[in-house]
Amino acid sequence: MKDTAGHGAPVIEARGVGLTFQTNDGPVVALKDVNLSIGKGEFVSFIGPSGCGKTTFLRAVAALEHPTEGTLTVNGMTPDAARQARAYGYVFQAAGLYPWRTIAGNVRLPLEIMGFSRAEQEERIERVLSLVDLQGFGRKFPWQLSGGMQQRASIARALAFDADILLMDEPFGALDEIVRDRLNEELLKLWARTEKTIGFVTHSIPEAVYLSTKIVVMSPRPGRITDVIESTLPKERPLDIRDSRAFIEIAHRVREGLRHGHGDEV
Amino acid sequence: MRSVLPILTVLIAIVALWYAAAVKLNSTWTYDQAARAGTEVTFGALVKDTLAQERPVLPAPHQVAKGLWDGLFGQAFTSKRSLVYHGWVTLSATLLGFAIGTVLGIALAVGIVHNRAMDMSVMPWAIASQTIPILAIAPMIIVVMNSLGLQGLIPKSIISAYLSFFPVVVGMVKGLRSPDAMQLDLLRTYNASAADVLLKLRLPASLPYLFASLKVGVAASLVGAIVGELPTGAVAGLGARLLSGSYYGQTVQIWAALFAAAIVAAGLVMLIGAVERATLSRMGLER
Repeated sequence: MKDTAGHGAPVIEARGVGLTFQTNDGPVVALKDVNLSIGKGEFVSFIGPSGCGKTTFLRAVAALEHPTEGTLTVNGMTPDAARQARAYGYVFQAAGLYPWRTIAGNVRLPLEIMGFSRAEQEERIERVLSLVDLQGFGRKFPWQLSGGMQQRASIARALAFDADILLMDEPFGALDEIVRDRLNEELLKLWARTEKTIGFVTHSIPEAVYLSTKIVVMSPRPGRITDVIESTLPKERPLDIRDSRAFIEIAHRVREGLRHGHGDEV
Repeated sequence: MRSVLPILTVLIAIVALWYAAAVKLNSTWTYDQAARAGTEVTFGALVKDTLAQERPVLPAPHQVAKGLWDGLFGQAFTSKRSLVYHGWVTLSATLLGFAIGTVLGIALAVGIVHNRAMDMSVMPWAIASQTIPILAIAPMIIVVMNSLGLQGLIPKSIISAYLSFFPVVVGMVKGLRSPDAMQLDLLRTYNASAADVLLKLRLPASLPYLFASLKVGVAASLVGAIVGELPTGAVAGLGARLLSGSYYGQTVQIWAALFAAAIVAAGLVMLIGAVERATLSRMGLER
């Protein structure tokens, strides 16, 4: 298999990764023979229907689940070692801000746990809040902010400790399309500025095509990769790129990949 | 105004019912007296007599109010006849017992949440402990403690703590477990220690549950302290007033002590409510 990493050693590498959950109804194969290599600075989307294992794979990278087969490395380490080295920031589907902490207090949470000095905490909170366009909202409580702003705060929280990898599990899934478009645009700018490696789970084809340098199409039962698409879109992407021919072609290929995956099981 | 009216209506209804019940329940004695004297009792005389007996079956509200007033302000607060003195004796045991019970309850809840063995073993015992009638176990605690040389405040506080730790355990276990899987996963991604998870997530999340438990617990503490005063031979405390009142048929004294206990309980619950509102609004949990 060709190494698709941009440059240097892959940041995330999966070789024959399988993951089987033991449930009361017998074993459930969530992932089967997943091979994938993600290079530094890539924006990789995982797309597929429910139960295709896209979230499970992201959680395995984050060492929140543990593969039962194959090898998975993050920064050349086991996922657990990478988690202990605080190699990634994780953004969940819900913002999950602590209601008893202000926005600044929520961003401070990982910094407190990781033992940053008080002065550095303040400096970082300031910086990441402006990165997600929330400067001046530090003293608000989460309930005083809209859903989109809350999710931006949760992204700031994941960015605060400068992990090189950002893992995002359908972060905008619960937001309406207008807010989602704007946040997608902002996320691309943020990615360009910070040069992070991003893993992004979604079930929206336009979102995946718009954001990614690489699209991983997955299908369910058992969860597996059916196609890996390298995007031909330029790095600079205004919202209206979605009407371009290249965009539509990639979207078409993603749709074909999804259909193909479904065809297998019938 | 709108909220005062219904409250007043209910209060007036209760007082009216109380007076009616007092006339009815105390009438036996009045009729007996009249029969012995060979006189007839008019309705007016009946009402007048039944509401002013010295040892009524059910004292009228104004008698209780007078008993309560005399008990509270009729003599020096340090007098053995003062309800303030007896109230303080009970209150101090209540507060100490409540503090012990709360600390014990929180400690047990933390243990239950963090340790599987405790999870399996402690709760059944905690529940079993509350099925034993406190009236049965209180004298034994007093006797055992007395043989260890402990009298007065400490044994009463133990009984008080025995009643108040339970609601705290139940509420705190639920509260400490209230954070969802996602919030726990988030802290895992930070490689947070168990102490961080407890201090930064579980404890703050459990506070609303804790306050609900504390309100139940403090009332239970007061009951525990009063029950703890019964077997000691009625030396001091609201429990002692209840007991000596029933020894000598001083129903007014019993009711005055009961109301004093109710006032203490209401005060404690309101105090916790005030602390709760202040804390939760500072934490942004109440808006």
